[in-house]
Amino acid sequence: MVPVPFRIAKVIREIPGVYTWHLKSLDGKPFVYRPGQFNMVYQFGVGEIPVSISGDCREPDTLVHTIRAVGPVTNAMQQLRAGAVVGIRGPFGRPWPIDEVVGSDLIFVTSTIGLAPLRGLIHEVLHRREDFGKVVVCYGTRGIDDIMYEADLHKWRARFDMHVHLTVHSAPSGYRGRVGGVVAAIRAAQVDWPSAQAFVCRSETLTRQAVDTLAGLGVTKDRVWVTLERNMQCAIGLCGHCQIGPTFVCKDGPVYRYDQIEPLYSVREF
Amino acid sequence: MVHIVDLEETLAHHPFAQGMDPEALRTITGCASNAVYRPGEYIFRDGDPADNFYLIRHGLVALEIHVPQGPPIVVETLEAGDIFGWSWLLPPYRWSNDARASDQVRLLKLDGACLRGKMENDRSLGYEIYKRFVPIMARRLAGNRMRIVELATEPAVHSRQKG
Repeated sequence: MVPVPFRIAKVIREIPGVYTWHLKSLDGKPFVYRPGQFNMVYQFGVGEIPVSISGDCREPDTLVHTIRAVGPVTNAMQQLRAGAVVGIRGPFGRPWPIDEVVGSDLIFVTSTIGLAPLRGLIHEVLHRREDFGKVVVCYGTRGIDDIMYEADLHKWRARFDMHVHLTVHSAPSGYRGRVGGVVAAIRAAQVDWPSAQAFVCRSETLTRQAVDTLAGLGVTKDRVWVTLERNMQCAIGLCGHCQIGPTFVCKDGPVYRYDQIEPLYSVREF
Repeated sequence: MVHIVDLEETLAHHPFAQGMDPEALRTITGCASNAVYRPGEYIFRDGDPADNFYLIRHGLVALEIHVPQGPPIVVETLEAGDIFGWSWLLPPYRWSNDARASDQVRLLKLDGACLRGKMENDRSLGYEIYKRFVPIMARRLAGNRMRIVELATEPAVHSRQKG
């Protein structure tokens, strides 16, 4: 429960209001985690927030967090520069079930900053590329200036063994890419739908839309994996802030198989 | 005659015509022609008479909204297998946006003015057409509603949850 000090080695401004930190532990110890897990990140004297880990788990000497500045803590964190020290508690939560999907085609469905919790999984899938069938990323953003991890997307798109379908909500006239919702990108994907496994990271209303679209193409809900975000505070299943019905997101999640939590999506104000 | 048969086959292979009554397909083929547009070329423009609709065979079509004192904004792109243009079904039969070829585009162009007349006299043809347009309209309406939800809620969701 005690935060471990990490120094910010690098700050990357991804898009306006979103920044990525590369962190190094002060004691030099590697930080071991699985894709999909999260940390509690603490700015001393300001506050602590849950943030998913966005880096490559095979590079345990560098911890990567991408944060959107939306509240008092994340706005204060945005002012920090390389060299500043923050506290880290973690890793917490259930990771993406990569070993359960070996042999399948994989489709990743996400938008804007939702790519952050999936990025580590995509890195790991590419490290183990021979274990999987087709790999397709469907990613949507508001506009062409809101594309996260653009360098990664370019690299992934350039590979011969994966596909990236990018879509934006609107674009200047003359733009040659796809414009529209992520659903259009999903429909453009060519995978073996009856056996594909889907990883969806979007806000909850939009997760349902993505799941419905996938279901229409033949992806049953027991082959859809989602991640939930809630107000996590203790991160070890004690305080109850992140409880939804019978589940504590911090320890039972944040990754869930969709069919196991689907009823919770229809409960108003949960 | 050979030309008409080819066009009918082309039309029959488009998702729009799947399962269509053969007689209706022949009637619609009589109102169809091939069209090719170069990248950047306008297919139709906001305010012009809407007397056609289009089935995309190849390429990417951008639907654009004209913004006064600014460049147009692309609000949607459509690709092979998609259909666009339904203003020909609704008075006053004027386009409410621009459509432009994003790259080399091959289309089947359907003469909506011709079809409107035929649908008046053949209600089963009208039913075939509406049966295909209404789900597309509903899907695009639902999609646009979700885009509004996305634009309105995604930052708020993170704000509430992430401090």
